[in-house]
Amino acid sequence: MALGELVQGTGFGGRLVELAGRSVLVATRDQLTAALALIELDGVARRFVICPPDLASEHLPSVIARAGVDAIVSDNDPDHPGGLDVPLRVRCTVAIKPAEAPPIERHQTEWVLLTSGTTGAPKLLVHTLATLTGAIGGGPHQGPDVVWGTFYDIRRYGGLQIFLRAVLGSGSFVLSSATESAGDYLLRLGAHGVTHLSGTPSHWRRALMSPSARVISPRYVRMSGEIADQAILNALHECYPQASIGHAFASTEAGVGFEVTDGLEGFPASMIGRRGDVDMKVEEGSLRIRSTRNAVRYLGEDDQVLAAADGFVDTGDMVERRGDRYYFLGRRSGLINIGGLKVYPEEIEAVINRHPAVRMSVVRSKRSPITGSLVAADVVLKVPGGEQGHSSGSDQTEDVKREILQLCHEHLAAHKVPATIRFVQALDVAAAGKLARNRA
Amino acid sequence: MSIRLTIVTEIQQIAETQKKSLPPLTDDLVLLDSGLDSLAIAILVARLEETLGFDPFTESDDIFYPVTLGDFIRFYENAAKTRSVDSGRAS
Repeated sequence: MALGELVQGTGFGGRLVELAGRSVLVATRDQLTAALALIELDGVARRFVICPPDLASEHLPSVIARAGVDAIVSDNDPDHPGGLDVPLRVRCTVAIKPAEAPPIERHQTEWVLLTSGTTGAPKLLVHTLATLTGAIGGGPHQGPDVVWGTFYDIRRYGGLQIFLRAVLGSGSFVLSSATESAGDYLLRLGAHGVTHLSGTPSHWRRALMSPSARVISPRYVRMSGEIADQAILNALHECYPQASIGHAFASTEAGVGFEVTDGLEGFPASMIGRRGDVDMKVEEGSLRIRSTRNAVRYLGEDDQVLAAADGFVDTGDMVERRGDRYYFLGRRSGLINIGGLKVYPEEIEAVINRHPAVRMSVVRSKRSPITGSLVAADVVLKVPGGEQGHSSGSDQTEDVKREILQLCHEHLAAHKVPATIRFVQALDVAAAGKLARNRA
Repeated sequence: MSIRLTIVTEIQQIAETQKKSLPPLTDDLVLLDSGLDSLAIAILVARLEETLGFDPFTESDDIFYPVTLGDFIRFYENAAKTRSVDSGRAS
């Protein structure tokens, strides 16, 4: 079944038919409008690209080119996003008008999701309704008495999973709003009697720091998108003793891998090598997953291979076995996961290195009890200073630090700006001439 | 500098670089209502680790996520007391 058959009306005001067979960029400002557009477009469009809320407009032309976009769906402002050469623009609104389903040839729609890339430009991953819903089905999480909520935006993989669970499980769904605080969202969730709530460990830490944390009493608490440590698992159990608490491994590339519900961090070693819907193995220290929930392929990147010849997707997440359990160590690539938002160090280093006093820099992940990780920078200056303890030299170094931070604030999203900057005499350079990156 | 003053100073510096205006920093101020989001609080914890030399969130076995500024300051003050008692025993 296509999701489009769920809606007994339209938010497109009779123009849905124009989008049939097209490659559509869904670039709404509002989450609810995006949700509606996805439901209506599935089965109608040949492909749609789901723009996350913080996609920088400078990346849009390359996204449009790579995905062959020939139509844009937006909400309030018909010309938003502007300055793009796309032949068709259609507006979608949440004011659904009753309409007969137009006679449109059904397509197996490609759902294209964005994820972070090394240079800051996003990578495009093709999914289908089948790959996205492979982990959804049956069980206690369906039914009319289930009220879902998520701290995620539904235009990211983690939030989209919850949206699809709510839509396909005939439950209700309380969307968050970009303009409300965590406390206000919790109050709304409490008022609507949320039973199932998901977010990253960082979302949950923030929730527990809110006075409204106890206005909700969910039956099911779910974490994904980051390493769930024992501290957050224990804290959630203490706050919501009645709830089943699970942490899932999922990524845009590999799809939903598995969920752990025994209240402990890491996952049982018995899950590796077990045959089933999801096959998992550990090679060269990283977790590899093969399943029908894997993304289909990268879009418009000929040199990027998603899965190896044996069908396994390398998640890039390093794991270590201790006893009968595996534990997550962090990322191989140096990718830094700040509360679920991912960034490659190269993008930040490029900005720091623009400062005239900087010789070179290396950006690494620093553990944070609040957001999982933070960005930390080690910087080598052209004229070493500060280390000698000379007061004026030290002042100059402080000035340079402030200027680097200023530069980063101007060119990078807030989570990419280094939390700490350390001046060092030299950086480790590996044999191949590349900077040696710590394994998270 | 006292722990309280160190924390307040760091909060003001972070707010300044992020161009956020702060309400009066009283003990009953809810941290997430202070204008600092969880990223800013994470940065605060990292900077305090540099200036104070410890991070009570990762050192403590008791899981605790402070709600108000007063909770936050007391969390650090108690951790500092425990540390000085421990180091006193050790020497």
